[in-house]
Amino acid sequence: MISTKLRRRSAILAGAVAALAFVTNWGTQAAQSQNNTIAIDGSSTVFPITEAVAEEFQASKRGAVRVTVGISGTGGGFKKFCNGELDISNASRPIKESEQQACAAKGIEYVELPIAYDALTVVVNPRNTWAASMTTAELKAMWEGAAEGKITKWSQIRPGWPDVKFTLFGPGADSGTFDYFNEVILGKDNKSRTDYTPSEDDNVLVQGVSRDQNALGYFGFAYYDLNKSRVKAVAIDSGKGAVMPAVATVNDGTYKPLSRPIYIYVKKSALDRAEVREFSEFYLKNATRLVREVDYVPLPDADYRAATQRLSQREVGRKPLRAGL
Amino acid sequence: MLAAKFSDLITPQLGHQLHQRKLLNLGFMVMGLVAIMVALFTLAALIIHMAMSGWPRLSTWEFFTAFASRRPERAGILAAWVGSLLVISVTAIVAVPIGVAAGIYLEEYARKNWLSELIEINVTNLAGVPSIIYGLLALGVFVYEFKFGRSVLTAGCTLALLILPIVIVTTRESLRSIPQMIREAAYAVGATQWQVIWHHVLPYSIGGILTGTIIGLSRAIGETSSLITIGALTFIAFLPESPFQGKPPFVSWEWLNSPFTVMPIQMFNWVSRPNPEFQVNAAAAGTVLMTMTLLMNGFAIYLRYRLRQGIKW
Repeated sequence: MISTKLRRRSAILAGAVAALAFVTNWGTQAAQSQNNTIAIDGSSTVFPITEAVAEEFQASKRGAVRVTVGISGTGGGFKKFCNGELDISNASRPIKESEQQACAAKGIEYVELPIAYDALTVVVNPRNTWAASMTTAELKAMWEGAAEGKITKWSQIRPGWPDVKFTLFGPGADSGTFDYFNEVILGKDNKSRTDYTPSEDDNVLVQGVSRDQNALGYFGFAYYDLNKSRVKAVAIDSGKGAVMPAVATVNDGTYKPLSRPIYIYVKKSALDRAEVREFSEFYLKNATRLVREVDYVPLPDADYRAATQRLSQREVGRKPLRAGL
Repeated sequence: MLAAKFSDLITPQLGHQLHQRKLLNLGFMVMGLVAIMVALFTLAALIIHMAMSGWPRLSTWEFFTAFASRRPERAGILAAWVGSLLVISVTAIVAVPIGVAAGIYLEEYARKNWLSELIEINVTNLAGVPSIIYGLLALGVFVYEFKFGRSVLTAGCTLALLILPIVIVTTRESLRSIPQMIREAAYAVGATQWQVIWHHVLPYSIGGILTGTIIGLSRAIGETSSLITIGALTFIAFLPESPFQGKPPFVSWEWLNSPFTVMPIQMFNWVSRPNPEFQVNAAAAGTVLMTMTLLMNGFAIYLRYRLRQGIKW
């Protein structure tokens, strides 16, 4: 009985000491914590690239610098960024006017750095002789939820096309590619049809389309680039004539709406900290390799050089680095 | 003689009725058995399936010592399990004293009037509030108002709020289970109310209180949505600072301010990735999380057993 009492007392004592230490230490420690941490948040589209860069950067620094990368979406990221909570914001679109004002209101200046392209390719079987190009409206008619079970033949998409059933291949609902396609082709509040063959493995999609003359599918441009011999790309017409997906048309911004540049926004005042500056430089320097590795399309080398220049001069504000970005 | 008389009483009609009743009895037993089997089999199937799909990763030691990575075969749960451990420690340190004290007050000291009844209803209601609401509260109060940041401290406090009702309610129930005569006997020899509680009531009810607390904590360890709200859905490839330092003052509270990730969130992150190899990682992480919860619950059962043995009335 005595021993348990003693134990209980010593436990209380230890608790009290810990609480005291906690209270006294708290105020002094709180300020230092953010020092070597780079806080990044924002778009889930940009996340895989920033994650890869963060992983490599931390490895190269042997843990001396800590990087956190969150997924709040582009809008959510800018909200936190303009509230001063972040060092870098990931964005799958340029900053909006309203967000610029929000940042300005808090006195937050930022350097805009385009880091890659997010591009999709619609592909058909090489023996498909009719669908050389499609309009975005035709793609919508083919893929929207309302088409499920009703629109099943090529002839229903464009008069004159064969009266045979098409088979559809696409990424599963978990993938960012799926989200992007739905967003730009079907529109915000529209659902994709579900009677297609989904796969998260692009190989399966390529194989599916390459074996079936009546198949159509879509996936990341980077993957199409590696499989040009097995599938045929469809030129996309968004109202200004049909444009084939190619590195050139992605780069000059004419391959729309299935390609878009994606960005990171670095807080200018955070660039005074060596680790943020080094991270941003590291990002641009290793972008070509890492962007490819996570299946996005890198910018031309000249753009990365221009962006590095912009970074070193701390040129702030929303300014296209060149036409199309 | 008597038996013979009784058997004479059982007319064919009564016999038939008896038979029917027994059949009904059997029927209900079988139904109950089937019901529990369905639950158990589903659980077993889920766990076994998860453990089997996660096995390729579970069987490698690196899974526990590596950070998250974009390459599934290199990704591990180090940051996640350390984070879970730290967050749960904070939760326990915050929730247990407050919860137990509140329970003692409500049960032993508070007068039974409309105010205490109102508090009681509210505590019970709080136990049913969806956890995402706690997350929103924490975002407003801890992150923005108290400026704790999106840290281990914030997460620990959030989960502490979440399990506080559980701790309070189980504390009260354990206190209530102590026979009134124990208290009266102590008062009779001149003990104050505090002495009665400290020397008699608390030691006897500690088993129940601990069990409830641990079950609350094991709920907290699997909690996801309230932590996502405060911004824990994050790629983290580092550990918080160690609480123990080589030089004076030997303890550091820096880890409380550190960004963090926890097991269920790491799992959620992997599940939402397209690459099928990450699903293996998610299954492995899920198995580890299940094991953690089972261990905690097992520990609660063991504690209850041990402490009950120590009670001598």
